[in-house]
Amino acid sequence: MSEAQKSDPGLYDYLPYRGRPKIEWPEGKTCAVWIAPNLEFYELDPAVNPHRKSWPKPHPDVVGYSHRDHANRVSHWRMAEMMTKHGFPGSVSLSVALCDHIPEVVEDANQRGWEFFSHGIYNTRYSYGMDEVQERAIIEDSIATVERTTGQRIRGWLAPALTHTPRTLDLLAEYGMDYTCDLYHDDQPTDVKVKSGQLTAIPYSLEVNDHYGFFVYNMSPREYADTLIRQYDRLAEEGGQSGTVMCIPLHSYLIGQPHRIGPFEAVLEHIAADGRAWITKAGDIVDAFRKQTGGAS
Amino acid sequence: MSLDPSYLEYPRRGRGMDHEHYPYSSLFDRNPVEWPDGKKLMIWPVISLEYFPMVPNDDPFRAPGHMQTAYPDYRHYTAREYGTRIGIYRLLGAFEKVGAKVSVATNSLIAERYPQLVEDIVSAGHEIIAHSTDMNGTIASGMAESDEKALIEGSLASLQKATGIRPRGWLSIARSQSFNTAKLLADAGVEYMCDWANDELPYKFQTDAGAITNIPLNHELSDRQIINVQQHSVDSYAQQMRDAADWLLAETEQYGGRMLPMHLTPYIMGLPYRISSFEELVADFAKRKDIAFARGEKILDSWKAQQ
Repeated sequence: MSEAQKSDPGLYDYLPYRGRPKIEWPEGKTCAVWIAPNLEFYELDPAVNPHRKSWPKPHPDVVGYSHRDHANRVSHWRMAEMMTKHGFPGSVSLSVALCDHIPEVVEDANQRGWEFFSHGIYNTRYSYGMDEVQERAIIEDSIATVERTTGQRIRGWLAPALTHTPRTLDLLAEYGMDYTCDLYHDDQPTDVKVKSGQLTAIPYSLEVNDHYGFFVYNMSPREYADTLIRQYDRLAEEGGQSGTVMCIPLHSYLIGQPHRIGPFEAVLEHIAADGRAWITKAGDIVDAFRKQTGGAS
Repeated sequence: MSLDPSYLEYPRRGRGMDHEHYPYSSLFDRNPVEWPDGKKLMIWPVISLEYFPMVPNDDPFRAPGHMQTAYPDYRHYTAREYGTRIGIYRLLGAFEKVGAKVSVATNSLIAERYPQLVEDIVSAGHEIIAHSTDMNGTIASGMAESDEKALIEGSLASLQKATGIRPRGWLSIARSQSFNTAKLLADAGVEYMCDWANDELPYKFQTDAGAITNIPLNHELSDRQIINVQQHSVDSYAQQMRDAADWLLAETEQYGGRMLPMHLTPYIMGLPYRISSFEELVADFAKRKDIAFARGEKILDSWKAQQ
């Protein structure tokens, strides 16, 4: 990398958990809960990025590709139906090329009233190594593609496969995006320091992402469900002091497998019945946060 | 710092998949499948019967479960042989107790080395699926097409010679294929492959040599994935299989017949401290009137007749 690399990216000021101003969620709820289904498209034979391999195996990586294709053929429909059944909307982390390849899935999410933010063009195309013109191109492509397909103007970003450049956040703010899901420093929203405009980091709870649950921590389906319930119970309790945020980041090809979707239902039942959860979408959480904190953090 | 401009070109970005093998299709939009005898859920056991030469081959890659130490790796060589001497008979026994017929994905070298074992499998009414030659017979892109063709043909011919039956199904080692594999399988007359995990029913897969059926053998529900990779107990494995069966049975009420693949490895599931829990699982499934066990070829024939 030719640009200077910084030890401290200067994303935000340190703010200890104790003594913070109270964030209040609507109707006295203590924990804002949002579900982020990753609706993705992975390419069978993607172009090569010199900074990161797309697939661990030579193309075609049949298991890698077909596992993820299970999402669009099978498991999205299971996951989405269960979320709707229990009153949970999605805030979709979208590989925007899915709009072109399999609009059925995108339309289904849109009809359920879900919100979309960009997760790049494909989850096999990474931002590492992009120059500013290239990075602007994928942001503009994302905005235009989602608007054309769903009528929605995207307000947020989760970098494709979590690949960033040091200028990504400034560009997102410049394009009028309101939130990023890429920063994992807090259980409450934080305004990020950007060159222009305003960008809020919304907690995406990467540690309880289903991929982490199943493949980093090797949990069984029931252990993962129990983990989410514990995560929620704690955040709902602490949120009495100042409102917290819990995201449930999902990949349907994982959570929608037949041995996992049944145990997962207990999580949605628990949160829906608890009474302390503000079950909502990412944009609503950012709006409520900003109403209380204004432009500065 | 910038990427080659082609990195932002997407030549296959358009309606449907980014290849020609199959069109997009949602499992929930298809005509319901009806299985024989009014069964709702077909459980498809596939036992992998593997021979690991003590000299491993890393071209194109080393198979999962292969040798790990400096030569001679007696530890892994013999621990894998435990599967083909003891573990396989425990697994076959679990299924024989309930009268279930299963598929056995067999390295052709097993048939040459252990004819008694293969005779026991075939005479009991189980199906042999071709599973390469031995565990050095891995496939991936970069392999010469002629070498891959010879590998596939060699496996099929050897299994046919040993059993008198040309295998109708194929499972690649680690489900790993090159861009040529499906075409070569179709060309060799193989009717179905088990490598693609993207669905929960059979589907038609197009190749330059005509169509082949893919019957998805869910890798996430294999004993290797759950017990060896994710390090769960056999009791947790059994719980996960029961949860899967319950979920799929509930779906059959609205969407027609479902199938549940059960991929097994003799040296993993066939250990003394695991097998009782597994036998209990099999016996429980066998007691349920809406569940049947089936060989892959039976699922294939039933599904094909309804297309």
